Amino acid sequence: MSRRTRVIGEHGAVISGVGQSEIGRRIYRDPLDLTVDAALAAIADAGLTRDDIDGISTYPGAMAVPPGFSGVGVVEVQEALRLELNWFTGGVELPGQLGAVANAVAAVATGLADHVLCFRTVWEASAQGDKSRASVTAGGGGGEFRATGFMQWTLPYGAASAANWIGMMAQRHMHEFGTTREQIAQVALNGRANAALNPRAIYREPMTLDDYLEARLVSWPLGLYDCDVPADGSTAVIVSRADAAADLRKDPVRIEAMGTALHGRPSWDQFDDLTTMALRDASAMMWDRTDLSPADVDVAELYDGFSFITLCWLEALGFCAKGEGGTYLAAGRPMLDGGGSLPLNTNGGQLSGGRLHGFGFLHEACTQLWGEAGDRQVQGDPRVAVAAAGGGPLASSLLLSRG
Amino acid sequence: MCKVGVVGSVCSRPMSDPTSAPPFRILPALVPQNEHFWTGGSEGELRFLRCRACGWWLHPAGPICPSCLSKDLAVAAVSGRGTVHAFTVNWQPWIPGFDPPYVIAIVELPEQDGLRVTTNIVGCEPDLVETGMPVAVEFEHNGDVWLPLFHPEVAP
Repeated sequence: MSRRTRVIGEHGAVISGVGQSEIGRRIYRDPLDLTVDAALAAIADAGLTRDDIDGISTYPGAMAVPPGFSGVGVVEVQEALRLELNWFTGGVELPGQLGAVANAVAAVATGLADHVLCFRTVWEASAQGDKSRASVTAGGGGGEFRATGFMQWTLPYGAASAANWIGMMAQRHMHEFGTTREQIAQVALNGRANAALNPRAIYREPMTLDDYLEARLVSWPLGLYDCDVPADGSTAVIVSRADAAADLRKDPVRIEAMGTALHGRPSWDQFDDLTTMALRDASAMMWDRTDLSPADVDVAELYDGFSFITLCWLEALGFCAKGEGGTYLAAGRPMLDGGGSLPLNTNGGQLSGGRLHGFGFLHEACTQLWGEAGDRQVQGDPRVAVAAAGGGPLASSLLLSRG
Repeated sequence: MCKVGVVGSVCSRPMSDPTSAPPFRILPALVPQNEHFWTGGSEGELRFLRCRACGWWLHPAGPICPSCLSKDLAVAAVSGRGTVHAFTVNWQPWIPGFDPPYVIAIVELPEQDGLRVTTNIVGCEPDLVETGMPVAVEFEHNGDVWLPLFHPEVAP
């Protein structure tokens, strides 16, 4: 396999601990309060103290809208925990949510920090709860509000939500490859089946294909159960120097390779191939930085903000051929409890577990590699995992392994 | 801001009916970089920036041709014909006053591979829209904006 570069700097960093706050619907807790819970849990999981933390990296940083999309920014966490930081960053212009982790890996690998607290906090359920889902980025109430930036091309046409943009991606995939709603449904059904084994998941009741098909449509071909569930919660991950392992409580998770590429146009409607978008670029870059291959992966945690995105990741990452994601899913291969070859979204994903926005997949991948997943633990001592997050023109992936 | 009480879906609205008031829409903010696109309909034209050096069409507009890096750009009109590249039927009421169901589509224009606009397909029942369907532009005048919409070239 040809390598884009000789330097695989991510080998200089590891994941030393993970943590989560309480997770739920409309729990009406201060997002900073949730964040410090997740942060302290992750720091303790790593066997560190807050005095060891000298870096922070977060997505998307402080943002006022959409409501609850951004829990807190860097400085609020630094202030709350009185951290002495050598390096920090927070922002939304990243290759997906896990871009914040990629930033931390880069900072640690270059020696700017030793132990970076990475976090993603959402409180969309509470912030939007009383008015149901409010994915419209801004406006919607008339008056003098005018759309700017990318939204000028979509809001005037009522294409207010990623559900609309991803809906068009899914429709194009159906057109090109014959993919069906029944096939896409398998992502939602797999997530729900796995959520039943996860006491922290939000929706755990059994769901059938009929339930899926009878649910109301949101933006055809996407229906209600193709859309993740807004949640409140914070997820934290500690990225540490690889040579700091002696200071840690347990064997860290090695970062085998990362993919952060965006080669196509940074746009939901102008990207050259609507059926994959940046997932293609991030995945290709990741595999170009490792000797491992998809056949080596024991567990896959692939973003499901909308069910169709998981299908896209399966194809982009090479678990099946381009265009065959639907038939791959319909064959039942990924199911955690079906004897399949690729356990997928083992905590229920965001569709049933709650929209923790990307970081939940990384948390679950590490939990599985450490063998700490309880009833949903993948059997056979999994040693290699993929965590991938994002959709459309925003995507990144991490290939993780345990020594 | 033109806000009127149109009942029913955008898609069932007759195309190019001057007696039909437009539905409420969130309008784009006009700035020098996008004004040609949003107001070209006042003269019945769908307009983009085009590179005078190599002929490349730019959308969205930018300060430089992304193909040949010339800055010799000028506004020009396309034919107004296109094909449906992808679409979705929206059923969720995201925007008060802009009522579902309506069809959102990415229409690809024949002037250049990958030259696309997001739009609504009008003059057609939602379940009759198909990928590859030939469509033609029409404009909905709303305040200081002429929104490019597309209807089937041939009634389905």
